[in-house]
Amino acid sequence: MKLGTKLIHPGNEVDEATGAVSAPIYQSVIFAQQGLDTPGKWEYTRSGNPTRAALEETVAALEGGEYGFAFASGMAAITAAFCLFSAGDHVLVARDIYGGTFRLVHRLLPRFGIQIELLDTVDLENVRRAIRPETRGLYLETPSNPLLKITDLREAVALAQQHNIITIADNTLMTPYLQRPLELGVDIVVHSATKYLSGHSDCLAGVVVTSSQRLANEIRFIQNSIGAVLAPHECWLIMRGIKTLKVRLEQQQATAGRIADWLSTRPEIRAVYYPGLTNHPGRELHLAQAEGAGGVLSFRLPDGESARRFIDGLRLPAIGSSLGAVESIVTLPTTMSHGALTEEMRQTLGISRDLVRLSVGIEDFEDLRDDLAAALQGCSGR
Amino acid sequence: MKLTTRIVRAGLCWDEKTGAISMPIYQTSTFRHPGLGKSTGYDYSRTINPTREVLEDCICQLEGGSRGLAFSSGMASIDALMRLFRPGDHLLVSDDLYGGTYRLFAKLWADYGLDFTFCDLTDPQGWQNSITGKTRAIFIETPTNPLMKIVDLAATTEAAKQRGLLVIVDNTFFTPYLQRPLDFGADIVVHSATKYIGGHNDVVAGLLVTADPDLGEKLAFIQNAAGAILGPQDCWLLLRGIKTLAVRLEWSQRTALRLARFLGKHPAVTGVYYPGLKDHPGHDLCKRQASGFGAMLSFEVKSSAMIGAILSRLRYISYAESLGGVETLITYPETQTHADIPEAVRRQLGISASLLRLSVGLEHYDDLKADLQQALT
Repeated sequence: MKLGTKLIHPGNEVDEATGAVSAPIYQSVIFAQQGLDTPGKWEYTRSGNPTRAALEETVAALEGGEYGFAFASGMAAITAAFCLFSAGDHVLVARDIYGGTFRLVHRLLPRFGIQIELLDTVDLENVRRAIRPETRGLYLETPSNPLLKITDLREAVALAQQHNIITIADNTLMTPYLQRPLELGVDIVVHSATKYLSGHSDCLAGVVVTSSQRLANEIRFIQNSIGAVLAPHECWLIMRGIKTLKVRLEQQQATAGRIADWLSTRPEIRAVYYPGLTNHPGRELHLAQAEGAGGVLSFRLPDGESARRFIDGLRLPAIGSSLGAVESIVTLPTTMSHGALTEEMRQTLGISRDLVRLSVGIEDFEDLRDDLAAALQGCSGR
Repeated sequence: MKLTTRIVRAGLCWDEKTGAISMPIYQTSTFRHPGLGKSTGYDYSRTINPTREVLEDCICQLEGGSRGLAFSSGMASIDALMRLFRPGDHLLVSDDLYGGTYRLFAKLWADYGLDFTFCDLTDPQGWQNSITGKTRAIFIETPTNPLMKIVDLAATTEAAKQRGLLVIVDNTFFTPYLQRPLDFGADIVVHSATKYIGGHNDVVAGLLVTADPDLGEKLAFIQNAAGAILGPQDCWLLLRGIKTLAVRLEWSQRTALRLARFLGKHPAVTGVYYPGLKDHPGHDLCKRQASGFGAMLSFEVKSSAMIGAILSRLRYISYAESLGGVETLITYPETQTHADIPEAVRRQLGISASLLRLSVGLEHYDDLKADLQQALT
């Protein structure tokens, strides 16, 4: 079955009891037992809920995994994955990551004795050199946020497996429609389902998927113990969004490619970062592990002031801190998505005030291009 | 701004105070007045609710009208329309019609003194002979359900308006993304928003759009007085569905054409009804008045005895009522959508017991073709 079809038919789309083609929303906390000694399949929604289970099965199927878990937000999902580690464990984390992930690993986890080491995973030599006997995990994002840097998943997996290290990949930007890290050997995939999976900027959610039964048992235990679960209605909304993932992302990707090409011709733009561009570092590697360049791109204006004027001059994209939605969203990573990084870290990574990130929506390309052109004209100051 | 862009922006940042990208769901029945004789503009949700208002404005803009109204189902919106008329009034109605509309007219409103003549509106002369001194309106479906007949919107509307008739068009199958009846001079557009507009088969709803503001006001009065409104949650879900209307329909439409061609060549199939096929009687007309051929098609199999087996053998295509959603659905008009139309009338219209209707969704063509292939063989 093609993935586009699987989006519509993940296997659980029809309610057996009634034939309903939309999953029932089990807005229920408990599930009554027949008798004291005869518990049913469901007990308490924190531990398990039929609507959440439907979503969890769906994302697992799409990622080519066996076990899925849904959380109240992307950060809740990532936190749950990091709860696999214990005090004294050493975890290698790609330094080109979403600001919220940085904040978690940099300011929260070390308090509990987890040794976090941030490093550049584009060159896996860095990873090889950093591995110690206590190293338990390797956390990756590819393409990275916001500069779309590419990490070699297969090679990272090979290296990690040699040393019994758990690999975790944040697959938010690509979605399983374009990239399936589990199929490349990665142990755990995480998503901010808030982004492309939901697709409509109206639902905060996170998911974790794995094929390992051992890891799944641990994550299930973490999900139930900490309880940062996704509510039934939100689960249903994410499932609804997933059905149009392909048609949305195909359109977004096509438009993003055209916008990246167009921006590359503009004299005001100093650099464009998009895996679809022929001169993008790691482009070939990316296309060897993913099926498309996606719908997010970044670019540099001449300076911070131009970037500010440019963003203020846009009419169509909303200025906001998200991505992957049907409406285009523009972000200034320095103060928004990566505001939680230290200034030093931002400088190391090349995230400065001149850098603008654009999540391309499904608006018409010409309308977006005209809007970008008008904003560029307005910010040149002449 | 192109239609595809406008579709995406429905309800965007409506709440200025917070900048919320998604329209808030005003799950409220009432609104506090600031004082005696004062109002925020919102008094009671049956009359007006912000979430419903944004949906109504959205469909109004998409259809190019002056007033939009949302109802609890497609049938509720058509029912509201009937309240424009008086006992003794006569209406001409497309004969190839959704069974529920036929039932509402023939079994409910006929008892309240409205008179209906069902005629073939693809025959530009024929229907005009049915006009009497009491004829007030003409109700058109194009493409028709389930035989996909195409009615000439420009010519029919012009002729109808010359005779002083109100022109009502059910635009459910094509949606304003493909066809805008008001652009041709029609007075009212009606939708079962349950279908393509909602797009996910999880909301039952109806929408009306009028060209004339006064007519819009009359219908708003009916909506408030009779009260078959659409709730805020469902309005919000429709807004969410509308955002992907263009990308959904583009994909489904492409697949529908390929499936129509595939079915046309299949030995078990004796006929295919799809406006996109060159030999479909309304093909050229459809090209002129719409920007696509839609994602609905019907086909006849060799014998009605095959139907049961086909329906139970299909694995991904669900045998269900409705259409226009992300999942491909197959319907048997004989016992489902057109069961309320008398058998003799069905046969006369060309709806046989071996006719199946397909609503093509977002699955990949290869998978749908394989499913149909194994079910038909």
